[in-house]
Amino acid sequence: MHSEARVTASELLAILSARQLRDGQVVFAGVGIPLLAATLAQRLRCPGLTILFEGGVIGAFIEPGRLPPSTNDQRCTARANMVLGSAEVLLLLQRGYVDVGFMGGAQIDQYGNLNSSFIGDPARPKTRLPGTGGGNDISSLTSMIVAMKHEKRRFVENVDFITSPGWIRGRSSRCESGLGMGGMFRVVTELAVFDFDEETRRMRAIALNPGVSCEQVQANTGFPLVFASDLGETEAPSADELAMLRHLDPDRKYTA
Amino acid sequence: MPPDAMSPDPDGPVVSGFSRTGDDVVSGFSRTERLVPSYSQLRQSLARRDRSLRSKVMSIEDATSLVRDGDTVGIGGSTMSRTPMGMIWALIRARKSRLSCIRSIVSSDGDLLFGSRICDRITTSWFSQGILWGVSKVMRHHVETGAAAYDEWSHMAIGMRFRAGAMGLPFMPIRSMLGSDVLQQRPEAIEMICPYTREKLLLVPAINPDVALIHVQRCDEFGNAQIDGLPFMDIDLAMAANRVILTTERIVSNDQIRRAPDHTKIPFFAVDAVVELPFGCAPHECSGVYEPMMQHMESYVALVNGDPVDGMRQYLDQFVFGPSSWTGFLERIGVDELVRASRAGRSLDDA
Repeated sequence: MHSEARVTASELLAILSARQLRDGQVVFAGVGIPLLAATLAQRLRCPGLTILFEGGVIGAFIEPGRLPPSTNDQRCTARANMVLGSAEVLLLLQRGYVDVGFMGGAQIDQYGNLNSSFIGDPARPKTRLPGTGGGNDISSLTSMIVAMKHEKRRFVENVDFITSPGWIRGRSSRCESGLGMGGMFRVVTELAVFDFDEETRRMRAIALNPGVSCEQVQANTGFPLVFASDLGETEAPSADELAMLRHLDPDRKYTA
Repeated sequence: MPPDAMSPDPDGPVVSGFSRTGDDVVSGFSRTERLVPSYSQLRQSLARRDRSLRSKVMSIEDATSLVRDGDTVGIGGSTMSRTPMGMIWALIRARKSRLSCIRSIVSSDGDLLFGSRICDRITTSWFSQGILWGVSKVMRHHVETGAAAYDEWSHMAIGMRFRAGAMGLPFMPIRSMLGSDVLQQRPEAIEMICPYTREKLLLVPAINPDVALIHVQRCDEFGNAQIDGLPFMDIDLAMAANRVILTTERIVSNDQIRRAPDHTKIPFFAVDAVVELPFGCAPHECSGVYEPMMQHMESYVALVNGDPVDGMRQYLDQFVFGPSSWTGFLERIGVDELVRASRAGRSLDDA
């Protein structure tokens, strides 16, 4: 087990995003930080949290030190309540059984749209990225928490390509596109926590992480940020949170 | 892309329940017509199949003859799980060409299909080796140079396309992909105003692959197949396809199948070939039997992401064309790695 006091950015992301989950919720978690953070919440504060994976798992209970390389691996099924087809578990989102979706992000914009498909013009892409997976389904059909690294190239005014829709072009544009339910709820980074203005649907900082200034957050963001009038400060990771996180991921598979 | 191109015009005319313009409906239909067989074509191709109760056991080499150049090939499993790697390996050795492959989520199997040039189009929702290794340089090389195409759909859309195919229907309506640029790239998907609720829906076309490749833990000689763990989209895929090639860790007696019929997920009459292939997903995993062979995966990824052309050529020479048999391929992965993966796979429920 790692004992060093320094908290990595990924550890901070996992701990802060885990705090966004509530006991009794049904959460649809992606691989990586979301899987780890959901498991952290389940073991520490939310024993009644039900974790779903898109491989087809209901009620996942990940074993410490045996983190799966994807949400389709057999490791995801050990001690779960139920396994089912991957279309079936995604249809639970459409039916409305899922309270919150939880994903990582490569690139996000001011309206919480995520891009994991193309850098540059899709017709002649500079970089072809892996694509949506279940990301588009999750973000189309339920409320979303996103945990991601805060860099200027990742926080852009408008994404090159909307892979997973947030509030599209703001205001009522999401609903007009046919997405009547869900939407981007929280974005958690190593610098701050964000929600989205209820009118404009633009990203708004609601809390800064310890030792972080507004200027620092703005300097790492590619569009003018809104800061909440009652801007708060998040609590630093507790010893319990860090110990459990490092117990779950002793090899730092997701928290390097 | 300008912002107003990102979602369909909400004020566009409603023509026969479709929210696109008249021209788009026409071109949408013609595209869809090429994509989806008519009901009579679908029924006729099934009626022509030999669905009798007979032994379908054959060698992996003989099974490759059920895949024709230019075929649409549905691939079972997902990411690194129950991937029919042995069958893909055999199709590369048989030097197939112009295959168009469809899978829920694609891992290094997609690299090999593109890298060997037996496949020039992959339809999936996610394509890279795995989240642990970043973006596949092999996928990037082939897609960015235009040598091959990656058609992206949402994961649920792929599932509903197989589902429609399995149901004998031309499409399924879904509520995702709307408003996204994933939809903008997919003219085959058609927006519709629901005649009951007046809500916007997306119609995704059925997929009835020419052939499906599916790996299972066990089946009998007729093709009654039992799947342990996650079934992914394999049941819909099997029922949608016009031919099904099963590879299996073990061929068991029909008596054994009958002892646990609730474990049988694919009925024999949907199956055309049965190939016994131990470790048939290597270096990927088969639930309850072995986990992924991560050491092999690590060295594979280092090789092909280091140089997607020459690295891939080296890998194919050493691991696909080099061995004289599937057992020879397993030998090159190494006994240590096979034992380690088996122990991990079989201790899944020990915790």
